[in-house]
Amino acid sequence: MHQLIKQLVAQRPVITDGAWGTQLHARGLGIGELPDAMNLSQPEAVAAVAGAYVEAGSQIILTNTFGSNRLRLADYSLADKVVELNHKGVELSRRAAAGRAFVFASIGPTGKMLFTGEVTESELRAAFEEQAAAIAEAKPDAIVVETMSDLREAKIAVEAARATGLPVVACMVFDSGKDKDRTIMGVTPEQAAAALEAAGADVIGANCGRGLDGFAMICTRLRAGTDRPIWLKPNAGLPEIVDGRPHYKTTPDEFAQAMLELVDAGASFVGGCCGTNPEFISAICRVLGRDRR
Amino acid sequence: MEELKALYDAIIAGDAKTSKAVTEHAIAAGVAPLTLVTEYMIPAMNEVGRRFECNEYFVPELLLAARAMKAALEPLRPLLVASGVQPVGRVVIGTVKGDLHDIGKNLVASMLEGGGFEVIDLGVNVSPEQFVAKVKETNANIVAMSALLTTTMPAMKTTIEALKQAGLRDRVKILVGGAPVTQRYADEIGADGYSETAAGAVPVAKRVLALN
Repeated sequence: MHQLIKQLVAQRPVITDGAWGTQLHARGLGIGELPDAMNLSQPEAVAAVAGAYVEAGSQIILTNTFGSNRLRLADYSLADKVVELNHKGVELSRRAAAGRAFVFASIGPTGKMLFTGEVTESELRAAFEEQAAAIAEAKPDAIVVETMSDLREAKIAVEAARATGLPVVACMVFDSGKDKDRTIMGVTPEQAAAALEAAGADVIGANCGRGLDGFAMICTRLRAGTDRPIWLKPNAGLPEIVDGRPHYKTTPDEFAQAMLELVDAGASFVGGCCGTNPEFISAICRVLGRDRR
Repeated sequence: MEELKALYDAIIAGDAKTSKAVTEHAIAAGVAPLTLVTEYMIPAMNEVGRRFECNEYFVPELLLAARAMKAALEPLRPLLVASGVQPVGRVVIGTVKGDLHDIGKNLVASMLEGGGFEVIDLGVNVSPEQFVAKVKETNANIVAMSALLTTTMPAMKTTIEALKQAGLRDRVKILVGGAPVTQRYADEIGADGYSETAAGAVPVAKRVLALN
C-alpha cells in the first residue's frame, strides 16, 4: 500500500469532501452543461467550491474532472480538451487546498457500455490512460475512480490510474436489485472489493447510491471482500420534492451521525455525495471532534 | 412446436441471432405471426422480468433480452401490420432537456418495444417543444420521460405543462422514470405512471392505457 494511504489510515477516520455539482450550479453552472467545462470557463467558481470544502474541514478534496475523459467529453464536443481540463482541475483544487488538504483527482465512468458493444475494452483503456496521464502530470496526491457500475470498466480505469504510480481509490455505486446491494450491472460489494483490489486499488469503497440506510451493510460486505481501507461517500438520503424541486431533507447533523456509524462499521474515509455541501463536512468534523478553529 | 421453444429460450438468453433465425424459419413454415408473439415472445419477456425482480438478471441481461425480442419482431412486424394487428400503443420517449443520460431511457425503450409497443425515441436533451411536436405528428398515446439528475427533473413538469398548453394532455398518458424520480414526484407533477425499474415500465404502460 502507498505510504500516503498508510499515513492517512493511521489517523482514521479521514474526512473527504461533499457534492460538487450542486455547488457549481449555485455558482453559475447551467442545467445540462458539463461541470468540468467550468475549469476553463469559470475557474474561480471551481476554486471556490474546492476552497469551501477545505474551509469546512475536508482533509481530502477531489477535483472537477469527473467527466474529463475523451468519450464523455465528446458528448459536449470537448474531446480535444482532455489534457487542459484535467490539468486545470487538479491545479484549481491544489491551489484551493494550499497545503491544508490532500488533492485526490476524480475519474468517473465514460457513460458507454461494454456489453452493448458501443465501446470496446481498448477504447475504454485508451480513454482512461489518457485522462490518468493528464491528471498525473498536474501532480495530485492520488486518483479516485468513482461512481462505477460496470466492474470491467472500473478495473480498466483502476489499472490506468495505477500505471501513473499514484495511490488509487476505487468505488462503485450500489443502488440496484431488491435489496439495493448491487450495481446496475449486478455486481455485489464482495465481488467489487475483491476485483478492485486485484486490479491494484489501494482503497476501496462506495459512493452515491440509494440513500444512507444501506451503507453500513455495504461497508461490512466490502470488508468481507478485501483488507484494503474503505472509502464511503453516500448521498444525503433520498431526495424529496419541495416546491417542485428535489430536496434532500437529511440535515448535516443527521448525516454526521450516520458517518459516525459508518466509521464504527470500519470505514476509514468518509464524506458525502449528492445532496451534501460544506455544512455537512463541518458537521462531520464537529461530531468527530475535529473542529479546526 | 418444440423448435419454437428455441425462440423463447433465445430471448431469455439474449441471443438476437437465434431469435431472429428461429422466427424467420417459423414464418417460412407457416406459423401464424400472432402465435409467435403471444405464445413465445411475450412469455419470454415476462420470464426475463421475473428474473430481474428476483435478482437473477440485471441491466445487461435485460437489455440483451430486449434486443433479442426486437430482432425477432423485425421480420414479424410487416406481417402483423398486414394482418391488421395494431401495436399495443405508440410511445414517444426521450431524456428531458438538459440531461444527456440515455442508459435508462434506452432500456425502457427496448422493454416497451419488447412489450409490443411502437416506440419513437427522440434521444437525449429533448425539449418540451420537441415532445409536443412529435406527439402531434405521430398521434402517440404515451409520452415517456427520463431524467438522471435532480437538476433536470423539473423539466418533466415543464414538458407536461407544454403538452397541456398545446391541448394534447388529454390525448396522452405520461410516464416518468430515472434514478432521482419517485412515485411521489410523479404524482406531484401530474404524471400518469412511474416505474422504479425498466422492466416495470411495461406493465405500467399497459395499465395507464387500461390494457390490463
